[in-house]
Amino acid sequence: MGLSNRTKRSLLYDRAAAGLMGVMTRFSGLIVVVIAAGLFWKSVPILKNQSLFSLLFSSEWYPLRGQFGFLPFIMGSLWVTGTAMILAVPPCLLTAIYLAEYAPRGIREGVRPLIDLLAGIPSVIYGVWGVLVVVPWVKRAAGWFGYSTSGYCVLSAGIVLAVMIFPVIIHMTVEIVRAVPQEIREASLSLGATQWQTIKKVVLRKAFGGVLAAIVLGLSRAFGETMAVLMVAGNAVRSPAGFLDPAYPLPALIANNYGEMMSIPLYDSAMMLACLILLGVVLVFNILAKLVLIRIQKEIQ
Amino acid sequence: MNQPHICVENLNVYYGPDPSLRDVSITLPGRQIIAVIGPSGCGKTTFLKSLNRMVELAEGARVTGRVLVDGEDIYSPTAEVTAIRKKMGLLSQTPRPLPMSIYENVAYGPRIHGLNDRRKLDEIVEFRLRQVGLWEEVKDRLGQPASRISIGQQQRLCLARGLAVEPEIILADEPTSALDPMSSRRIEECFLELKKDYTIVIVTHILRQARRLADYAAFFYCGRLVEHGPAARMFENPTQRETIEYVKGIIS
Ligand SMILES: Nc1ncnc2c1ncn2[C@@H]1O[C@H](COP(=O)(O)OP(=O)(O)O)[C@@H](O)[C@H]1O
Ligand SMILES: [Mg+2]
Repeated sequence: MGLSNRTKRSLLYDRAAAGLMGVMTRFSGLIVVVIAAGLFWKSVPILKNQSLFSLLFSSEWYPLRGQFGFLPFIMGSLWVTGTAMILAVPPCLLTAIYLAEYAPRGIREGVRPLIDLLAGIPSVIYGVWGVLVVVPWVKRAAGWFGYSTSGYCVLSAGIVLAVMIFPVIIHMTVEIVRAVPQEIREASLSLGATQWQTIKKVVLRKAFGGVLAAIVLGLSRAFGETMAVLMVAGNAVRSPAGFLDPAYPLPALIANNYGEMMSIPLYDSAMMLACLILLGVVLVFNILAKLVLIRIQKEIQ
Repeated sequence: MNQPHICVENLNVYYGPDPSLRDVSITLPGRQIIAVIGPSGCGKTTFLKSLNRMVELAEGARVTGRVLVDGEDIYSPTAEVTAIRKKMGLLSQTPRPLPMSIYENVAYGPRIHGLNDRRKLDEIVEFRLRQVGLWEEVKDRLGQPASRISIGQQQRLCLARGLAVEPEIILADEPTSALDPMSSRRIEECFLELKKDYTIVIVTHILRQARRLADYAAFFYCGRLVEHGPAARMFENPTQRETIEYVKGIIS
């Protein structure tokens, strides 16, 4: 049975497309490895010069004297991310539970796209909103309680970041909670449990791993966010001691200084190390979250 | 003759504009096994779920008519839904253990109703697991996740879980359709034992199972209750054309 020329050509295209897509997929996976390797290779000079321990835990940041202690930046990142998580997680979980379990269909289908839309706003716009709205507001609110701050501080950055990660956490949590089989809810309700008891003791228990993964994804997003944070965090080279102190998170350090201070010996190598730390943290969080999610999906099917 | 236990009057259930269950009126006798039979899609599950207001959970579902349980209309605005549901244990098609240990599955109901005394909970768990013939099989691994035991055991665990809140009525929706013959038999044995104390409504599309178990039978077809009566009469002398054809196996 002879194939027509057209069929043969279609088959050829099919094979070629599949091959090309396969190559592309592998290629994008490879990019991460190549970047990580490149960063590591470039950070070798500074690692030879200073021990990793002193790089990570020293606060002496005097590039001109060849002292690169990253602690202020690491602490800055931790403070800002931590604040964002504290502010974001409770309202996100409540919103997600409401949308998944209580909201009538109309509200659920109306609100979810709006929340997802938040995810598409360019981060520089969040930054501008932070500078124009959040920073003055924080400054004023702190004044009412007798504190003085410029407003460019951990709290402002935390607020901006929290809003930025809302859609990440809410979207995934809604999906996870809705994936819990209806029959399990029915089993609990049929025993005379209230809806809230059912959610608390059964649904969230079943969804726990997934919700945790959603939070971790939000966290890694907050940890790596650069532009918006850089605009509102204050960027002072000092470990913050409170929510109203300025912070200088790692991504802001890299974005502000890469390319400008390259004449200083070892400076570029120090920046590469900062990149490597950032990439490492974000990758590890992401991979952990994805692994949990994959396991859950398997379990549900 | 047994006391009537559940009275359904002019029940209609709508998921959309057209009713999925239309004008159903039936009085279910107490302490008997009542088989709800009929081809799939005819409204058996809907009927069963309207008995404990579970049908309301479906998006957009609407119910008209009355369902009286022990004389109280469960759809009246003053009726308290958790109290109604507590009166009825529900057994679903595929066993759905709660995401917790075997012990906690049985203790879940009593706990949400306020019992925290560990000794009493221990007693309840053992008693209910014995009642469904599961105690000997699981007593050494009560702390393990309930998902670890076999499907047949899970279904009996779900039954024990329902019994632990001391219901009067057991609603079962094709409870053996996911089980192997041996496990199905054990569930049927449980039901025959339990009917001394409980009213059991079982949906089944297996005619032989209905014949084996039922004291009373109700035949649904296309959302209507076509015929109901004592099982012996229903299976030997059905009067309606649809029932005759279904019992003979012409429609299914
Ligand atoms: N949640 C629901 N939403 C919309 N329609 C439903 C829903 N559940 C059942 N139905 C419809 O109601 C009818 C009766 O279904 P069901 O009670 O499940 O029948 P059975 O249990 O006898 O197979 C079917 O036509 C079905 O499509
Ligand atoms: Mg059904």
